Amino acid sequence: MALAFSPEARQQIEKIRSRYPNAQAACLPVLHLAQDEFGHISDDAIGAVADVLGLPQAHVWGVVTFYTMYHRHPTGKHTLMVCTNVSCMLRGGYEVLAALEQKLGVKAGGNSADGEFTIIEEECLAACADAPCLIAGEKYFLRLTPETAVKALEEIKKMPPDHKGHH
Amino acid sequence: MPKIVLKHMGVEGVNRIDEAMKRGAYSRLSRGLAMAPAAITDEVKKSNLRGRGGAGFPTGMKWGFIPKDAKTVYLVINADESEPGTCKDREIIYWDPHLLIEGVILASHALGCKHAYIYIRGEMIREHAVLQRAVDEAYAKGFLGNGRVDLTVHRGAGAYICGEETSLLNSLEGKRGWPRLKPPFPAVKGLFGQPTIVNNVETIANIPAILEKGGEWFASLGTPRSGGTRILCMSGHLNKPGVYELPMGIPLRQVIDEICGGVPGGKKVKAVIPGGSSMPPLDANELDIPMEFDALMTDERIKPVEVKPGIPFDMGGGKKLRTMAGSGGVIVMDEDTDLVAVTARIMRFYAHESCGQCTPCREGTGWLARICSRLAKGQGRPGDVELCASIAHGIAGNTICPLGDAAAWPMLGFLTKFRGEFEARVNKSLKPAPPPAQSGSELVQIRSGH
Repeated sequence: MALAFSPEARQQIEKIRSRYPNAQAACLPVLHLAQDEFGHISDDAIGAVADVLGLPQAHVWGVVTFYTMYHRHPTGKHTLMVCTNVSCMLRGGYEVLAALEQKLGVKAGGNSADGEFTIIEEECLAACADAPCLIAGEKYFLRLTPETAVKALEEIKKMPPDHKGHH
Repeated sequence: MPKIVLKHMGVEGVNRIDEAMKRGAYSRLSRGLAMAPAAITDEVKKSNLRGRGGAGFPTGMKWGFIPKDAKTVYLVINADESEPGTCKDREIIYWDPHLLIEGVILASHALGCKHAYIYIRGEMIREHAVLQRAVDEAYAKGFLGNGRVDLTVHRGAGAYICGEETSLLNSLEGKRGWPRLKPPFPAVKGLFGQPTIVNNVETIANIPAILEKGGEWFASLGTPRSGGTRILCMSGHLNKPGVYELPMGIPLRQVIDEICGGVPGGKKVKAVIPGGSSMPPLDANELDIPMEFDALMTDERIKPVEVKPGIPFDMGGGKKLRTMAGSGGVIVMDEDTDLVAVTARIMRFYAHESCGQCTPCREGTGWLARICSRLAKGQGRPGDVELCASIAHGIAGNTICPLGDAAAWPMLGFLTKFRGEFEARVNKSLKPAPPPAQSGSELVQIRSGH
């Protein structure tokens, strides 16, 4: 089924488009918007972005697959970006990740069975002085232990979903 | 020592424009915008401000590279902070976005830029919201637009490589973030083919103070060749990790022991990464070095990085590689740290982030990640240590952008200073290492995290 942007999204796209001298430069922001709108970047979403910006689908596909934040498959309502890079690793980042994986019954990269969470093992999230850390939505959870990380899940569940596209 | 860029860190409310203006935001505009553009650049040259993103290039000199007859000039702020260990720009954006915007307005005036872009890292969801709100506030007050410079915040989407300036420009143009060959340099042909200056967040956040108090004042705060303060992002095994704005050139030992309260449990320091994970480490005998761009590159107390024992790595023209101040990301590791595991993690990072354009980096970083991983598990094969050095040496200097070096330098650096730890992980009962080109499957696993 072909996807279509809502009228509000189309207005937003016009506004984005006006910030750049050509349509191609709007590709990343419009993909962010598409992910918010549709929940993830399916082939159809790629088609919708290509159409609305007048770009070849192959170009949009190339962009989508280069960057890690465009999800090609449905995600949970909340994406847990868990850092295991050096600063976090030295202070227990892997233990935090393992605790979350165990609690949610899913490995990094996957979705929890109840559709609430996606765990992503992240590279450095620029919160090294407060390691280990995770980001969910607009919130940082800092200086985590396996216990506080698992406890944070309750709070994250109450936050709005990452994307409007989650029903 | 005055604080310039982190003055408002921890002060709630300054990221809203009314509170920011009460504390001086945009107060430098009337004077700055009345100055001739060249006079601003001169002031910045006098200040000895050097780029805070990693390379430490003199900012005023960089601005001077814009061709005199340029019609359209872009200023792009690099807020794609992602060098492991670095967490300063995020603090500036969150606590004091109007300081950054004021710096953008002043720098744009100096450069003749009509539309500036801030490229902010995609994962910084909260900071993007705060920064976009601040930009909207600045438009509403008339500081942006309406004959003054336009400013657009552009979100990245998850790619370390986009912190490299030409990759960032391609990403901003809506493409895959592949670095470009230089020359032409961005100052001649950058964003949308036009002359472009790419500056780091911290760099630009220093501009208002330079124009308020003068380049000489700023220069006097620092060391002879590097003005101002320096933010150090102190992480790892420390009692008080944190983001600190400190005197330029403060000795590392003083930062660790006095500012950060030493190492937990009274343990000894084993190694310190001084400027983000792409920089060769210092060992416990190298902690009296001033944290300053030139000293970290040239101080003879720092052992040069070697390609094999006794043979220094040649950066070209016989220039030795010690280490670099980089992005100010300082990672401290105590005496119990498994440095082979740390190196393996660093190599996995660069393998994951290699853009795939250049063969030495695309293949080599994956080989290093696999070999270091098996060494960390105690499953190293005879010859693995030499193989790591040889691969790293083959990557260094042979790629379009510095990501290849960013993997090769720490590999060689850790081997130079902690070789014994790597050799101890070789399982001599195993057959020698097979040539690395054979298996791609493990590399696929390395990348499948996302």
